[in-house]
Amino acid sequence: MSSVKKYEYDVLIIGAGGAGLRSAIEASDAGVKVGVVCKSLLGKAHTVMAEGGAAAAIGNIDEKDNWKIHFADTMRGGQYLNNPKMAEIHAKESPARIFELEAWGALFDRTKDGKILQRHFGGHRYRRLAHVGDRTGLEMIRTLQDHGIHQGIDFHMECTVLNLLKDGDRIAGAFGYDREKGRFLVFETSAVVLATGGIGRAYKVTSNSWEYTGDGQTLAYDCGAELIDMEFVQFHPTGMVWPPSVKGILVTEGVRGEGGVLRNSEGRRFMFDDIPEAYKSSTADSEEEAWQYTIGNTEARRPPELLTRDHVARCIIREIKEGRGSPHGGVFLDIAWIKEKLPNAVEHIKRKLPSMYHQFKELAEIDITTEVMEVGPTTHYIMGGVRVNAETQMTNVPGLFAAGEVAAGLHGANRLGGNSLSDLLVFGRRSGEFAAKFSKENGKAAIDDRQVQSATRAALAPFERAGGSGGSGVYQVQQELQDSMQSLVGIVRTESELKEGLEVISRLKERSKVVGVEGNREYNPGWHTALDLHNLMTISEAIARCALMRKESRGAHFRLDFPDKSEGFAEIIMVISKDADGLMQVNSEAIVPLTEEHKQIIEDNK
Amino acid sequence: MASVTFKVWRGNKEGGEFKEYSTDITEGMVVLDALFQIQADAANDLAIRWNCKAGKCGSCSAEVNGYPRLLCMTRMSSLPQDRPVKIEPMKSFPVIKDLVCDVSWNYEAKKRIKKFKPRKPDAADGTWRMQQEDVDRVQEFRKCIECFLCQDVCHVLREHHLHENFIGPSLLVYTAALEMHPLDVEDRTEDLRKHQGIGYCNITKCCTNVCPENITITDNAIIPLKERLVDKFYDPLKKILNLFSGKS
Ligand SMILES: Cc1cc2nc3c(=O)[nH]c(=O)nc-3n(C[C@H](O)[C@H](O)[C@H](O)COP(=O)(O)OP(=O)(O)OC[C@H]3O[C@@H](n4cnc5c(N)ncnc54)[C@H](O)[C@@H]3O)c2cc1C
Ligand code: SF4
Ligand code: SF4
Ligand code: FES
Repeated sequence: MSSVKKYEYDVLIIGAGGAGLRSAIEASDAGVKVGVVCKSLLGKAHTVMAEGGAAAAIGNIDEKDNWKIHFADTMRGGQYLNNPKMAEIHAKESPARIFELEAWGALFDRTKDGKILQRHFGGHRYRRLAHVGDRTGLEMIRTLQDHGIHQGIDFHMECTVLNLLKDGDRIAGAFGYDREKGRFLVFETSAVVLATGGIGRAYKVTSNSWEYTGDGQTLAYDCGAELIDMEFVQFHPTGMVWPPSVKGILVTEGVRGEGGVLRNSEGRRFMFDDIPEAYKSSTADSEEEAWQYTIGNTEARRPPELLTRDHVARCIIREIKEGRGSPHGGVFLDIAWIKEKLPNAVEHIKRKLPSMYHQFKELAEIDITTEVMEVGPTTHYIMGGVRVNAETQMTNVPGLFAAGEVAAGLHGANRLGGNSLSDLLVFGRRSGEFAAKFSKENGKAAIDDRQVQSATRAALAPFERAGGSGGSGVYQVQQELQDSMQSLVGIVRTESELKEGLEVISRLKERSKVVGVEGNREYNPGWHTALDLHNLMTISEAIARCALMRKESRGAHFRLDFPDKSEGFAEIIMVISKDADGLMQVNSEAIVPLTEEHKQIIEDNK
Repeated sequence: MASVTFKVWRGNKEGGEFKEYSTDITEGMVVLDALFQIQADAANDLAIRWNCKAGKCGSCSAEVNGYPRLLCMTRMSSLPQDRPVKIEPMKSFPVIKDLVCDVSWNYEAKKRIKKFKPRKPDAADGTWRMQQEDVDRVQEFRKCIECFLCQDVCHVLREHHLHENFIGPSLLVYTAALEMHPLDVEDRTEDLRKHQGIGYCNITKCCTNVCPENITITDNAIIPLKERLVDKFYDPLKKILNLFSGKS
């Protein structure tokens, strides 16, 4: 049997994105011993890619803004399937979390009177996103990283957790390997915080990196925690579509926030054609009014390009399907047009959207200050994930916590842009606080060596099958899964395709059990991909099953065979759990009810 | 579709060699795409470090035809394709495997730089006021994606291996960001001279030339830091004035 290296912590945090780092800082401030494990180097987690900003009702620009309006916007965006308690906590605590970043060295863009500048984003009534050009995520992760490295936290970079270890009902530790040598690691710990991010790699066209293979969701599910809302996958309306090798890379909503408009091949600004009832009164009805809003006229209503992401994505799909798309299968996004309105437009665009300018220039040879972009929907974010307590972030497994994109509840059926970065800070902090508290109150549990041994055997199995996979390597299995998820469990869904998708997943699951890998355990991406397959299969199955159950269209979930919202599903969420035989179960449950105060706030802000 | 030959360095810290692979190149491909194809078809265990594939995370640093580059931002069409494209790991750091280096030294060295220390908040609610003009200068440095390409090209590290004595351009950029931060009141000049070896930099500007974020490393970060040192240690009048202004 391979030897394993052991580490002991009070709190182990899996993931070093915004949520994991904020959690680690809080836990170590509480005086417990903290370890952080992450698959990549420090500072490279997905959070680094976030562009547009972090939403917080600070009210620096629009003084009328406050937590209640942010709460109401979040609930409306999530089609009221959100956990209202989480939405309330998030809206109340975001401003303090942003100020705290400033105290740790973050430098946000400024207003004229020297305060933090805030920008427009879809679904937010007021200018609410604290930002740094279009590299807000970099500013955030670097600030947390640079603060965290002085806190005595142990970082295990380029290590992957494969299994959680339990002692009876509660968490006892985690098992994983290091990338460099392929050595096995055991972490003994009183509490685990999952902060592993999303699932984008289950799809072919995605803005997400290789890290996003649904690890945290699967680790939680496998050890008895519940997943909710898995049918709600956010397809961001604007990803690059050309050239093919960059297909899916994100084009920030900030482009539209700064005045970018969507047009079809006929030059029509098609977003004016279909404005949902709930947003009619708050959306501009002329191009001039939309522009007035962009430049800060508070009397004007918002441009239709800033409607929620699910809606914008579907309008784009409609234009493409009906033959009014761009040459490479997208639509046109135009920011260059603002030169008609602004004398210094070229400089303005470069200043406000420097990395978009750079990205298009380098990767597509397009100058966005003079030319239009081609864009189309891309898999971006999962609203669903691990079910947690709204205040403590603990799952139904004692000692297991989750925060950030891997957790669910805050966003309901659709997330508003900018609400993720603030989510990471607010609930990252809470998860750290309560995980530290749990560890102090409960101490350590015992590690069961048999669990470690079986985890080791499973991890090594792909090598034993080397050469025996009949030419269907791990990469091919992964690609087939991505293709099927894209075409069968994507933006537009039907019962027959979802069923077909489930069949494909179950076939690929069998194949993933027999594929082998070549080479040795040192930095071997083939092996790592083989080990990720189990996670990709698990979350793909969860998404397809929930999508099948929800026979209506709501938020990010769109069923062609049930294109409207249905009352019967308005107050129901889907809950995934593993039954005694190891099979996946989906049950529907009533949503967390609104309190009287919540109802009043929502009514007041209709 | 054209087939292009790659010479990819394969090996580990014990040694290695260039191996040849061919793969088909289509419009718009970057070097990283080509390496993925090679990885999927011919070399499943080829080690590459990457994350964002959009020039935002600074993971995929390596040398392409001898020049330090981000693999995800180097378009195939920018390279001559009549001869093999040579890909090898960075030279300033020990190799782990194939194109992946052990860059942990950068993280260790960073820890030794004194952390951010803000002045007292300006407003009663614990917040500060800063003008955009004052923030601009530091925001340039904060664009750094820690790709370490500048560390790779700097001769002090690459040829003279003075990692013990010199923190390199990337961490000088980091120090400059702290020192010029409008709120920061810490003093790092003494450390810069004594422990971080700023004197080793002889302003060759090689680092500035490779920075994928176009940070003007030498002119905007290193030279001003050097000037501060001169002011502080060799200009007694300034030194006294600094006592009154609180900070240099
Ligand atoms: C291109 C892009 C732009 C975006 N822009 C915005 C924006 O403007 N505003 C906004 O609010 N949101 C934005 N988002 C969404 C937001 O960035 C993410 O939802 C958020 O950063 C997720 O943070 P996290 O801390 O939950 O996870 P991440 O930052 O993804 O971190 C996950 C961590 O978990 C680690 N990990 C995963 N699995 C394992 C394992 N098995 N073992 C060990 N470690 C593991 C990873 O290595 C990583 O360190 C954007 C997303 C993308 C892709
Ligand atoms: S300018 Fe200084 S830091 Fe930059 S490469 Fe030359 S010697 Fe190194
Ligand atoms: S300064 Fe530039 S080259 Fe150096 S690490 Fe930062 S981004 Fe890379
Ligand atoms: S993969 Fe992120 S910079 Fe290249």
